[in-house]
Formats: sequence, C-alpha cells, structure tokens
Amino acid sequence: MIELNAQTIAFAVLSALVLGGALGVVTTRNLVHGALWLVLSLLGVAGYFVLLSAPFLAAVQVLVYIGAIAILIVFAVMLTRSMTSLGEVRNRQWWLSAITVILLFLLLAAGIILPVWGRGAPGEVTTLSATVGGAAELGAALVAGDGFVLPFEVASILLTAAMIGAIVVARDEEDEQA
Amino acid sequence: MTTCVDIINTLSPCLVRAGWNADVANLLSLLLGVVIVATVPLLTVILLIWIERKFAARIQDRIGPNRVGPYGLLQSLADALKMLTKEDITPSGADRILFNLAPIITFATVVLIWAIIPFTPLHIGADLSIGILYFVAVGSIGAVKVMIGGWSSNNKYALLGAFRTIALIVSYEVPMILALLVPVLMAGSMGMQDLTRAQGGMWFIVMSPLAAIIFFVANLAETGRSPFDLLEAESELIAGYNIEYSGFKFGMFMAGEFMHVFTVAVLTAVLFLGGWWGPFVDQLPALGFIWLGLKTAVVYLFMLLIRNTVPRFRIDQVMNINWKFMVPLSIVLILVQSFLLRLIDALGLRPAPEMANDLLANLPQTLVLLAGNLVLGAIFMHLLQRHGRTLREADEALAVVKGEAAPSGGLAEA
Amino acid sequence: METLNEWAFVGVFFAIAWVFPALPIIGAWLVRPKKPNALKKQTYESGVETVGDTWVQFRVQYYIYGLVFLIFDVEMIFLFPWAVAYERLDWFAYGAGFLFIFLLTDALIYAWRKRALEWV
Repeated sequence: MIELNAQTIAFAVLSALVLGGALGVVTTRNLVHGALWLVLSLLGVAGYFVLLSAPFLAAVQVLVYIGAIAILIVFAVMLTRSMTSLGEVRNRQWWLSAITVILLFLLLAAGIILPVWGRGAPGEVTTLSATVGGAAELGAALVAGDGFVLPFEVASILLTAAMIGAIVVARDEEDEQA
Repeated sequence: MTTCVDIINTLSPCLVRAGWNADVANLLSLLLGVVIVATVPLLTVILLIWIERKFAARIQDRIGPNRVGPYGLLQSLADALKMLTKEDITPSGADRILFNLAPIITFATVVLIWAIIPFTPLHIGADLSIGILYFVAVGSIGAVKVMIGGWSSNNKYALLGAFRTIALIVSYEVPMILALLVPVLMAGSMGMQDLTRAQGGMWFIVMSPLAAIIFFVANLAETGRSPFDLLEAESELIAGYNIEYSGFKFGMFMAGEFMHVFTVAVLTAVLFLGGWWGPFVDQLPALGFIWLGLKTAVVYLFMLLIRNTVPRFRIDQVMNINWKFMVPLSIVLILVQSFLLRLIDALGLRPAPEMANDLLANLPQTLVLLAGNLVLGAIFMHLLQRHGRTLREADEALAVVKGEAAPSGGLAEA
Repeated sequence: METLNEWAFVGVFFAIAWVFPALPIIGAWLVRPKKPNALKKQTYESGVETVGDTWVQFRVQYYIYGLVFLIFDVEMIFLFPWAVAYERLDWFAYGAGFLFIFLLTDALIYAWRKRALEWV
C-alpha cells in the first residue's frame, strides 16, 4: 500500500500537473496555448527530478526546456503565418500514428514496469541514491580521463554543429525571401 | 537539544516538543518561513518606489513626492489605493485567462527568487545545493511571462514589444550565466550560503571585478531599466508588452519591475560584495541582515543613478553590446580565471582551509586574480576603443563623400 | 532528507507565491468600476484603428537569437558541474574545460562571421 506522506502528496500534485499539461497540449487548437501547456507539463517533470534527489537535473529542465525550448517554439509559431487558430485538418494516416503511439506506449510501459516487477516486498524501500545533489561528482566525472571526458568534448562538437546547421538553414530561408 | 529562542529556525522542533504532530509542525514552520521570506521584498517595494521617485526627482532638480505623509512617504500607499479603484479594461479580442495570468506570474517569479537569498549566516529560505541555478531557472521563466503578456493582449505593439523584450532577455542571459560561473569556480559550490561563506577573506568583487561588472550589466538589461529600457521606447513601441494593461494589473507589472531591480541589487551584494559578512557577524549572526541591507542599498542606489543619467541604447546597439562584447569577454574571462586558479594552486598561494577567512592569507591569490582581470579588461577596452574609432572614421569618410558636415558618433546610420 | 526539506520550502513557496499578486488584483476586481464599452475595449494603437490580424509574421532573426541562446544555455549547464568540482581537479580538467569552451567559441565566431548576430 502506498504510504500517505508529503512525498506521495507532492508526487500526486506533480503528476496532475504533468498529465494535465500534456492533455492540454494535445487538445488545444491554439499553438501558443499548446506551448504554454507544455511549459506547465515540463515544470511538473522538473518537480519529479527534485523528488528523485536530482535537483541539478530539475534546474536543467526548467532552464533549457522552459527558458529556451518553449520560447523557441513560440518564435517558430510566429514565423509561420496565421497558424494560431487552425481549423480541423483531416489526416488519412491517423490510424497509422495511433498504432505507432500505442505500440510505443506499451513498449515504454513494459520497459519501466518489468525490471521492478515482483521485486521488493511491501514495505521494502528502494533507495535511489544515498547522497543528494552530486553536481560536484558529475563535474568530476565529466572531465576525468577514465570518465566521460570524450562524450563531454563530443557534446561540445555536437552543439557547435547544431548551431552552424541552424544558422545555415535559417539564413538561407532569409535570402530566399529577399 | 535545540532551544526555543530562535523562533524562525527552530519552530518545528519546539512544536514537536510541545506535543504537536511532526508533519503539521513542519508544515507550519514552512508556511511561516515562506510568509516571512516573501514579506521582506513586499514591504521593501513600497519603500523602494518612494526612494526611487525621490532620487529621480533630485537628479532632475525637482522635489518629488512631498504631499502624502511626512516627506511624501505614504505616496506609494496612496498610489496603490488609487490603482485599486481604477477601471480595468480588457481589450476586445484578448485572451482573458492569459491576460490576467501575466501580471501574476510577473510578480510571483520575482518573489520566488527570494527563497535562496541568505539573509544571515543562519537564516535562508532554502539553502539548495544548486542555489545559483535556481535563480537562473526562475529568472528564465521571465521570458515566458513577457510572451504571455504580449501575446494575450491582441495588440501589434504589445506583441512587437514582447518579442523585442524576449530577444533582449534571452540574449543577456548568456553573459549573466557565464559570469555566474566565476563565483562558482572560486567557491566550489552552487549553494548560496557556501558562496557567501567563501567570501570571508576577500569579496569576490575584488577577486574578479570583471565578473561582477558583467553580472551587474546583464542583470540591468534583464530588468529592462535604462539604458536597456527598449520595451518602454515610447516613440516606437508606445509602452512595450504591457501596453494594454490598466488598473492594478498594470500596477503589478510596475511593482514587479521595482522588485526585480531590488532583487538584482541583493543578488549582486550576496554574490560579489560578501553578502552578510561584516564586523562582529561571528558573535551576532543577526547582524548579517544589516550588513546585507547596507550593501544592497549601495548597489541599488548605484542602479538608480545609472537609470536616471544614461540615455537609452538602440536595439541593434543593445544586441551588439551583448553578442560582440559581453559574451566574448565573459568566455575569455572564464578561461583566464580558471587558468589563474589552477596556477594559484600550483604555486601554493591558496590559503590553508583554516586561514580561509583571513584577509592577509587571501592577499596573494587576490592580487594574482585581480591583476589577471585588470589586464583582460584593459585589452578588451582597447579593442572596443579601436573598433569605435574605425566606425567613426568610416562615418566621417561617408559624410565627406556626401558633402555633409561630419555627423557625431554612430548616429549616421540611423 | 535535509535537502528534500529545503525543497519542501520551495514547493510551498511555489504554491503560495501566486497568492501575493492575485489578492490585490481580486481586491481591485471587487471595488473598481466596471463599465466597459466597445470604444474603451478597442485595441490601443495610438488612436489609429487597428488594421488586419494581430498575429503578424515575425522575422527569422528572433528565431536565430533563440537558437544561439539555446546552444549556449546547454553549454553553460555542462560547465556548472565542472566549475563546482574544479577546486579538487587537476590541469587535465582545465584542458578538458578549455577545449569544451574553445569548440563552442568556434560556433560563436561562425555566427559572427555569417552576420547571424546582426539586428537587421
């Protein structure tokens, strides 16, 4: 049985936030509203990270997804003309996406539930991590020679490539307009 | 056994000892803490508006508010009452829910920053391990609130103002966050109390004046105050993203701005001016509140001075200052600062842990860091000067070709 | 659990912070006059009647600023753990950080040279 304490209450509230926001995203016809519902949903995910003793990831979640991605989505919406109130568009391939989504959902659910199914008798608590935080450990691991220094540098190259690609694509569009 | 003297910090254990339920006691003490922490900025903002108006008046050779109460001290309250009774107009075609939400978010996000301000060595809302990132994260919601306000008004000028403001906020967030890396490098922690404690021997503004200046200027831009008050550019945008707001909703935007400026002053004091550090703070921790207040006042008055004396930049100038000066400078600053810190380690100039709060022990590393900052600053200022001269000469050459009198500065391209 | 208690403070703060600005707005709603008419509710554009759709198409420049910001945002987030751990690291860590920042400076220089940072 689930114990009723501050953490479970917080989890319930956050889940309502995440699911409600996600529902808003898919039901609204207004793209800007959709972006804002997404912000709400992502805020809830940041809360999940806090509950999982990963406050650094929570900050990253808010900083990148709300502070940057949501803004970028709205900028993109504004780039397109009169996209804010779309009429219903019939898509003949809806059944294909429905099947894909259901399959993906089943796959994810199985992937999450199966590894912990049957383990841990009632009352047994799985501790995720003894230490809270760990930004310093993360930083040390990122630049350690036997750690993740290679992925760290590759991430930098990836970001550079992303920026160059974005500029090339965006500037070309601009030139065509002119 | 905790004593029940310091009520703010020990409320919960005291209540438990008095026979309360532990969870209820905890929640009560949390609520009390939240209310106290939130009330500090709310009360000060009433005073701040008066200070700001008096200060601006003196600079402009006026008297300022002097009718309501002694020295016009109650002017803000009178204004608040007036705003309460003003008709509130929601423009036709506005998105009602979002339109009402924007001023609330504006104000709330600024209040939320106060959760991590260390008032004294013992008193802080929440000493998070990622304290400084919390500030950045909450601050980044600022762009969202501007977007909501501008978009929901159904006004072209509001939307245009919102987009300009977002571009400005988002751009200046880059040098601001980069500048924040410097204190983190020096303190080895992101927690606000740790960052303050690390300044026991020497304030960070001395160890890295460039970081302090970049942080200060970038935040000045984030608050949207002159010389970065593009959103208020009356002649072009009427009033920015909050043009359609009236009554108390407009008041919330204004109060939020005042409070944001004050919050920036507090953060600058905490991160670079030693926060609550001051004489006798070891014996009497509550004294830290006064030291922090004094430092904040200095930074705040300096911000008012800038606001009232510096003219507004053009939007392209604002963007150039950021991307072509502040961002490169802050990137190079991090490289230099981290190099110097490593060098200090290698040379053994870092004070021993037990001497960390001693001024003399900190002097050698401070000198090295300060010298590095000054040299870097001089190089960048020289480059800027040279660039400015090139621009000016190009302008003058153009004017000669056109057969006009040489225009002054960079106004020629306008 | 000490830190989670700190976060409980933040959670309560998030739940309550909205009340402070909402109260005066609701209070104003109770006392203020409400006499809207069509003329008052017109969109304010300096007295000129508004023409066409409000959601005008924006230039691509805003999007580019957003993109450049996003890239830098992610970069800086990688650097924060590095900065926290820096004190107890060695020259190798400095080199790794240097390389990371240097590679991204390339991106900035590219954007600069392609005039992607100009306000046009």
